[in-house]
Amino acid sequence: MKPKIGVLALQGDFEAHRAPLERAGAEVTEVRSAAELEEVDGLVIPGGESTTMLKLLEDEQLLEPLCRFGGAKPIFGTCAGAILLAAEVLNPRQPSLSLMDLTLERNGYGRQIDSRIAHIQISGRPAEAVFIRAPVIRRVGADARVLAEYNNSPVLVEQGKHLAATFHPELSPENRVHEQFVDKVRASLSEQLN
Amino acid sequence: MNFETDQFRLKVGLAEMLKGGVIMDVVNADQARIAEQAGAAAVMALERVPADIRKEGGVARMSQIRVIRDIMSAVSIPVMAKVRIGHFIEARILEVLGVDYIDESEVLTPADEEHHIDKHDYKVPFVCGARNLGEALRRVAEGAAMIRTKGEAGSGNIVEAVRHMRTIVKEMKQLTVLGKEELVHEAKNLQAPLELVQYVALNAKLPVPNFSAGGIATPADAALVMQLGAEAVFVGSGIFKSSDPEKRAKSIVKAATYYRDPAKLLEASEELGEAMPGLEISKLESSELLQTRGW
Repeated sequence: MKPKIGVLALQGDFEAHRAPLERAGAEVTEVRSAAELEEVDGLVIPGGESTTMLKLLEDEQLLEPLCRFGGAKPIFGTCAGAILLAAEVLNPRQPSLSLMDLTLERNGYGRQIDSRIAHIQISGRPAEAVFIRAPVIRRVGADARVLAEYNNSPVLVEQGKHLAATFHPELSPENRVHEQFVDKVRASLSEQLN
Repeated sequence: MNFETDQFRLKVGLAEMLKGGVIMDVVNADQARIAEQAGAAAVMALERVPADIRKEGGVARMSQIRVIRDIMSAVSIPVMAKVRIGHFIEARILEVLGVDYIDESEVLTPADEEHHIDKHDYKVPFVCGARNLGEALRRVAEGAAMIRTKGEAGSGNIVEAVRHMRTIVKEMKQLTVLGKEELVHEAKNLQAPLELVQYVALNAKLPVPNFSAGGIATPADAALVMQLGAEAVFVGSGIFKSSDPEKRAKSIVKAATYYRDPAKLLEASEELGEAMPGLEISKLESSELLQTRGW
């Protein structure tokens, strides 16, 4: 059975996640409400502006349903999405879902002029990483595992069911990070069945 | 034309991140903070909003650096700023200052009546206005990484933004049914490079994100242009020329997300206070139109 993966579509590059998720074998749907969230097996929180998403999550009373969802099912956050998943956010301080034990510094590389495309290694294989006004992961908790680094700091991290990237795999042609997330959703589904 | 360079991908990448969002004009750090608090995806740093530029007249130039700097240090979201059409030195100055996007804008008084800036030559991304597909593709050819329909800035009247979005979308649809030899002829009509015309014919969309601007004053206006094909909206005078900017800003942010959900649009439209005063376009002298600037 195809896992059904939602993309949080409040603001940002949510459309760009559809193709890589579908290529990885998932059925994809956009999520803008608590009711739509209940229908999916996993969720992608895309890039965009984390302050905008946070405002909308607060105003639409989606923070609590999202925390509950994350307690049971996998979430993959890229860039702004990773900021929302973190336990602590700096520059400036702002609330977050605290689903992964990470400290993130917003705009850690600087402004747009400091955005870059870098070449990193994921599980020993070369990969491209598109950083756009990206955050930097300043602290990784004991339960989190670093899967890729750039400039000696983590850029792809997993903790239990969840996955966070400070770059944008949805803007690169290769599909490995999305495949990895779809695998996590499949694993969580079979866990629920047993 | 190579869209696959790392630099161009990064420029378009930031535009991708702004999709579904609202970019708000602000003239000082306080307004920038209000905009950020209300959920703006970015702010446009200006000395005067278009409604005031229209009223006060005179030459409108790049904003004072101090104003832009204050706004950049007040908020964590991207900050854009405007330069005059063709003024490649204003653009160099803003690039060094470190703004996140430059708007080569018809709202300011043009510096060059034949040439736009060669935007490929900059590391900072550019957005440009357009009223039709030919204009949009010429700007993309020059290196714009985002297009916004022009509308009529500072008018509080959505009619021009609607006209321009409908025109671009219709012209794109028409290309998709033409044969190869017809596209060559169409490129000539559009005064745009053939390879960009071929891209649109194949993909039924621009090679860069397509946003809307110029006359958006209510949440309903924002939802209207989004349903017509805009991927995000710029709101200029519409927010800080209204009676309750904070509330209006928030409601337009909500409308940009829930533009297909009438119940949410009703919520966004409740108790908004007075919108900015609007202008009837037909009452404007042709010399007062901002949209005709750009070539």
